[in-house]
Amino acid sequence: MRLERLLPRATLLDWLRLEERSTGTKEGCAEGDCGACTVVIARRRHGGVSYEPVNSCITLVGQIDGAELITVEDLADGERLHPVQEAMARRHGSQCGFCTPGIVMSLFAQYHQCGGVSNRDAINDVLAGNLCRCTGYRPIVEAGLEACNTRADDKFTRGAAQRLGTLEAIDDPADVFVGDDAAFFAAPASEETLARLYARHPEATIVAGATDVGLWITKKLDPMAKIIHVGRVAALSGIEESAGQFAFGAIVSLARAAPVLGAIDPDVAEVLRRFGSIQVRASGTVGGNIANGSPIGDLAPMLIAMGATVELRHGERIRQLPLENFFLDYGKQDRAPGEFVRRLLVPKLAPSMQFRAYKISKRIDEDISAVLAALCLDIEGGCISKARVAFGGMAGVPKRAKTVEAKLLGLRLADRSRWQSAAAAVNEDFTPLSDLRASAEYRRRVAGNLVIKAVAELAGLSSDVTRVAERRIAAHAAE
Amino acid sequence: MPQSEATREAPLRHVYKAMPHDSGAKHVQGCADYVDDMPEPVGTLHVAVGGAPAARGTIRTLDLSEVANAPGVVAVVTAADVPAKNDISPSAGDEPVFADKRVIFRDQPVFAVVAETRDAARRAVRRARFDIDAEKPNVTVEQGGAAGETVLPDYAFVGGHAAKGIAAAPMRNAGTIRIGGQEHFYLEGQIALAVPGEDGGMLVHSSTQHPSEVQHIVARVLGLPDSFVTCQVRRMGGGFGGKETQATQWAVIAALAARKTGQPCKLRLDRDDDMMMTGKRHDFAVRYAVGYETNGRIRAVNIDLDARCGCSADLTIGVVDRAMFHADNAYFLPEFRIGSRRIKTNTVSNTAFRGFGGPQGMMAIERVIDTIAWRLQLDPLDVRKINLYGAGRDITPYGQTVEDHDTAIRLIEQLERSSSYRERRKQIAAFNARSPILKRGIALTPVKFGISFTLTSLNQAGALVHVYQDGSLHLNHGGTEMGQGLFQKVAQVAAEELGIGLERVRITATSTDKVPNTSATAASAGTDLNGMAVQRAVREIKMRLIKFVSEAWNVDADRIEFRDDRVLIGNESIAFGELTKQAHAARVHLSAAGFYKTPKLHWDRDKAKGRPFFYYAYGAACSEVVIDILTGEMKVKRVDVLHDVGRSINPAIDIGQIEGGFVQGMGWLTTEELVYDEQGCLLTHAPSTYKIPVAADVPEDFRVALFDGSNREETIYRSKAVGEPPLMLPISVFAAISDAIHSLDPGKPVELDAPATPEAILKAIGPVDAVAALALGADLVDA
Repeated sequence: MRLERLLPRATLLDWLRLEERSTGTKEGCAEGDCGACTVVIARRRHGGVSYEPVNSCITLVGQIDGAELITVEDLADGERLHPVQEAMARRHGSQCGFCTPGIVMSLFAQYHQCGGVSNRDAINDVLAGNLCRCTGYRPIVEAGLEACNTRADDKFTRGAAQRLGTLEAIDDPADVFVGDDAAFFAAPASEETLARLYARHPEATIVAGATDVGLWITKKLDPMAKIIHVGRVAALSGIEESAGQFAFGAIVSLARAAPVLGAIDPDVAEVLRRFGSIQVRASGTVGGNIANGSPIGDLAPMLIAMGATVELRHGERIRQLPLENFFLDYGKQDRAPGEFVRRLLVPKLAPSMQFRAYKISKRIDEDISAVLAALCLDIEGGCISKARVAFGGMAGVPKRAKTVEAKLLGLRLADRSRWQSAAAAVNEDFTPLSDLRASAEYRRRVAGNLVIKAVAELAGLSSDVTRVAERRIAAHAAE
Repeated sequence: MPQSEATREAPLRHVYKAMPHDSGAKHVQGCADYVDDMPEPVGTLHVAVGGAPAARGTIRTLDLSEVANAPGVVAVVTAADVPAKNDISPSAGDEPVFADKRVIFRDQPVFAVVAETRDAARRAVRRARFDIDAEKPNVTVEQGGAAGETVLPDYAFVGGHAAKGIAAAPMRNAGTIRIGGQEHFYLEGQIALAVPGEDGGMLVHSSTQHPSEVQHIVARVLGLPDSFVTCQVRRMGGGFGGKETQATQWAVIAALAARKTGQPCKLRLDRDDDMMMTGKRHDFAVRYAVGYETNGRIRAVNIDLDARCGCSADLTIGVVDRAMFHADNAYFLPEFRIGSRRIKTNTVSNTAFRGFGGPQGMMAIERVIDTIAWRLQLDPLDVRKINLYGAGRDITPYGQTVEDHDTAIRLIEQLERSSSYRERRKQIAAFNARSPILKRGIALTPVKFGISFTLTSLNQAGALVHVYQDGSLHLNHGGTEMGQGLFQKVAQVAAEELGIGLERVRITATSTDKVPNTSATAASAGTDLNGMAVQRAVREIKMRLIKFVSEAWNVDADRIEFRDDRVLIGNESIAFGELTKQAHAARVHLSAAGFYKTPKLHWDRDKAKGRPFFYYAYGAACSEVVIDILTGEMKVKRVDVLHDVGRSINPAIDIGQIEGGFVQGMGWLTTEELVYDEQGCLLTHAPSTYKIPVAADVPEDFRVALFDGSNREETIYRSKAVGEPPLMLPISVFAAISDAIHSLDPGKPVELDAPATPEAILKAIGPVDAVAALALGADLVDA
């Protein structure tokens, strides 16, 4: 399908429901949290077709250029329900039915992506971004377990070769520009075009996954006349590994980054598992999570603790700076008009280094952190010889806890008498705020306790007696 | 027509069967239509609502000129456009459609914009310029209480002399607990489509649990006779009480817009507006004092329930009364004073929510029981059991006799065994003794929930059934479908009565022009009431058919049987569809209205005596949790539920209600927190900030069973209501968290408030020397 006219800010959901009158896909929240609007975007990746569930309410129409859009109406094969639909209906997986299309689509993506094997944890993860208020999820999870433990065999797999050909034909490397100089949706394919375009229109809004920018449109009602979508810039999409570091292109999705970052430490994997939802991770990017400057983004404190570097580009000029220096103040980053985040450079941890991260939120899955603690400690002979500690949620920006670091330095892990003073140093580093997620008092207390917990774990206390989430235990067991 | 035992025991084709929801196949394909999915009539305009930027004050001026000039705007609607009465309240007359001068809560609707698109309407709303003489709002229940502002008079149940009884008791406890509110978070937000018709009439499609109230209030506001307004609803995307009165306002505004423009008008609230502008579960501050024996048996109790009602009465009379009706839960209170204050605050008017106050009342008494157990260092389950209703201890605080008290004890003891409660309690104690950071807790709590609207007049229902010549059946009744499976259950009843297949039964949208003067689909009574009304309508038609057959074939009525889509007539049989054709030709009337009113009910509110409930639904749950004393994080490890639905018309649907109710109640008591700022602005107005349970919050080990019981009362197929009671089962989760906290300092009362967020848990734990606590784990190091 070819669109000649396009309101730059048009969301995929509005386009489906209002233009196409395709009403199977529902709007539940218009902010990418409930999943009722989930659709699947099929793309050509690694020579095959990948199926990514996204929240259509905060996905812009232009973002799916070169891809196949699959909605709930597309699944049945004539009169025959898709295996996911059939299992959902037979196992009483719907009550009011309003969340159901989104749930069906999330499970449909899993059906294709899981290789015929999904355990309960995997299904729970797939459903973390799909709220259901009626069923209590049990029948939905069981339907998912049934459908996603058989080898995918549906009209999509049967037509894969032909669809792959079509995708190859439409996913061209040409720059896309719809509109005029006053209002446009641009999706450059090359970094050069991007750099030139953004330098010329520094007031344009950069969109990568739109998991945040989408809300500016649906909630703030930002008119957003000029949009530069960076999702097609091939040069920003790579993950490169060298001897000392990983380099993530800015538009690497969180879903793609997760296995690489997660391999650094199981705690990183667990934070990323809990990061947003599968829909948000499919769309959201590492560059976006940094560039939006959120004080509660989960990536930044972990990467700061690891000593990551951010690389920016403006026109022809490329510069690098330590990630912690990028965040200047609440809502303010060291990024000039027309400058964009290009790459994130994450150093590999030496074998002597230990990493811990803890995400504290009201709900375990799909929630924004009240506090995120990340500690990267070098331990030599039972003593801490280097310490980088960063927190999210404790200040207007993700920030290092320098006093805590100082107190940890030289600390002998077995020396319990010094744990408390390291924890108490949190109060010197931070004056957190009270907000809807937690009070300042709670944040302070938990931040200190997490320092103690980390030290206790490094001193040898097994995480299966320090954490309520069983998943972390499993991750550690696999270590 | 009461059911005979013979009917009940006959082999049944549809009833007592775990059949899928009638719309299940449509849900999974996205072809079940909600109001926003219906094809829009030509010329449909879209409405967005503008709310007040202050919680309390007087509007000096409201400048809407920029709004009216915005692109795409067709009209602006304010209180000045209300032709008749500016009031959407169910009865009290205290809630305007649009604020006129006085503003009583933040985001209170003040005007609406009608535009060519929804996007244009929403953007135009933000151009309004308010000049408000703002006053300091009363936001909390304490502020409202201190100001002495209430929406309704105080009310109490008094029996004996509670204060003296407490004073004379060998043991006494007193304390407080706060119980938070809850946002419904129906997945489909509020929506209405109003289509103007002839003579000023209006057809309103509304996502409402109460079409009759929408009809009546649209008529009231427009100044029309009720008969000029029709309200229809095929299905809602969830209700939970949040569309009992709260759907009305949007239907009324859509109708006002349609009246003003002469065009169809649709109003669909954005989620954030929905959460800010519509009512929620009442939150409570509770004070209690109890006197009891050294074995834990209660002598006397005094409970003060202070409810935050918000800015108007809405349904508060019933909600807070029901909290009082359930402040005994399953326990006999020899002497009692159960008092209530219905406190007015400058927050959105709180409203119906599954359980309708009952959950808050139960939370209060369950905390009282826990404090007794902690003080006496008894197993809380033993204190629960010794206080249950029993022989000679069977009169409730409102004078109703609990006739089936044996059900509660049998159910609890069955669950106690099946959940291995006693063994697990020992294991948990052993775990806690050597676990430095993680502490486990377990609790088994009962639910006894009164079934019937406590406003007796609401316990009535109507149905309209047509049988067409081809033998297909058009099914209609006053109940609404919000996902609970009402339509499916009632269809099973209709098909059963005529011995026909479900494919012959056409389920149709609830509509006020088919069945008038209906009650809301609420109080768990949907199937009880509408199932009976439909059964009566169908039996009326069946009786006429029997009379016709009996005369035409000259056989006795008792030799005529309706089975397997055929009618057996003596030794002959004909297809049902053939019989209906012949009956029509013989001029037999094949349409009937059915009507039912619940028997045995009487309630004198002034005297606080009577039988407000037809019967009780019982259940119990045993929950185990683990908490982290350094962070307050919590995880539910295992849940066992045993629930009494009488004889289940559809076990799959009933189990769905139990599981769904449990998880919703668990959310209320754990992660779901409504946070207002000092100016009365709701800060948690979207799913990004208000956290309902997700799949991983449900314990993998979740064992739900139906109690093998019947209903001693003559209900439809001896079933019991199931919508609300399961919501209170997760009080066991809250009690288990309290139990885990209690393990840190046995004997000390736990002051945990709901919701038990990580922060609330950590606060209840109190100061902990984390390093010292870890010393306990020293032996685990390198283990």
